[in-house]
Amino acid sequence: MAGADLILHPEEYERIREVIARLRSECNAKMVFLIDKNGQSICAQGETDAIDVTALASLAAGNVAATDSLARLIGEKEFSILFHEGERDNLHISVVAGRVILVVIFDERSSLGLVRLRVKRGSTDLRTVLETVWNRSASPKKAAAGGSPFGEITDEDIDRLFSD
Amino acid sequence: MTFINYAAREINCKLVYYGPGLGGKTTNIKFVYEKTNPTSKGKLISLATETDRTLFFDFLPLDLGEIRGFRTRFHLYTVPGQVFYDASRKLILKGVDGVVFVADSQAARMDANLESLKNLELNLKEQGYDIKTIPYVLQFNKRDLPTATPFEEMKKRLHYKGEPIFEAIANKGTGVFETLKMIAKMVLLELRKGK
Repeated sequence: MAGADLILHPEEYERIREVIARLRSECNAKMVFLIDKNGQSICAQGETDAIDVTALASLAAGNVAATDSLARLIGEKEFSILFHEGERDNLHISVVAGRVILVVIFDERSSLGLVRLRVKRGSTDLRTVLETVWNRSASPKKAAAGGSPFGEITDEDIDRLFSD
Repeated sequence: MTFINYAAREINCKLVYYGPGLGGKTTNIKFVYEKTNPTSKGKLISLATETDRTLFFDFLPLDLGEIRGFRTRFHLYTVPGQVFYDASRKLILKGVDGVVFVADSQAARMDANLESLKNLELNLKEQGYDIKTIPYVLQFNKRDLPTATPFEEMKKRLHYKGEPIFEAIANKGTGVFETLKMIAKMVLLELRKGK
């Protein structure tokens, strides 16, 4: 398969969660999401019960992918920030380290200026954590440290998934 | 690119349904959606035109249950089949773990099948994948139509690398889950191989 799998361990997840939670608090945002560019949700913080996180992740990734292509069409490398303004809620989307998408949903309790400012700092912190994740994911030996459960998957395990 | 989350104990895989326009990719996904237990599926999202032609993609998240203590989640995507949406197709193939090629059995659509297959090979290559090594399943859809090309002829023209072939009538559900199960299984086996 092209590209290494993305493997997220609990300690890295916890560090990401801390950065995202802090960012949400500093932005006074309703929700903050971290999504990989292929549309998988990595971490979500805030009032996420009210929203379909899986759908949001897929659509945000599609949005960023389409916008990237638009940028290239007009000779830009990328549009690093997307902003959607709604009547109540607003969506701030930015790409971190070229590989993941940070989505901040905020209302009148915050402002675009504050979100932009805090996202900038949060992105630097996230980049540091994510680099550890990517380095580990790219190295199967390290990724499997502690024993990967998947090498042991049996045909029966797989068949059981489809038993009903 | 499988996403393995040890913290949430989840495996997330991406499956893409590819093929010519009006071949039945969306119909496959819609049937899966209709017949899947509500607790095992998320929202079906269709980014379609007013005439229900796929504009960007359809998306359906499925939760297949646990394997070795990990929740196994598959994200099903379709691409827009019409030739001029190639930029969108490339975007959707990013990070794909397995591909289902939905071929239209009608004799008049053979050229469209071949063109789409060629396009798939090219677009996968651009993303760094090789159609010869990626988990891949071939589905001959619309087998009930009187104009359907005989199975052997379809196989001769479209069979690529010994991949499993399923005959389907997607609007009635025939062959839909068989195809899905096979590609999901192949992706999971690949995961086993890679670790």
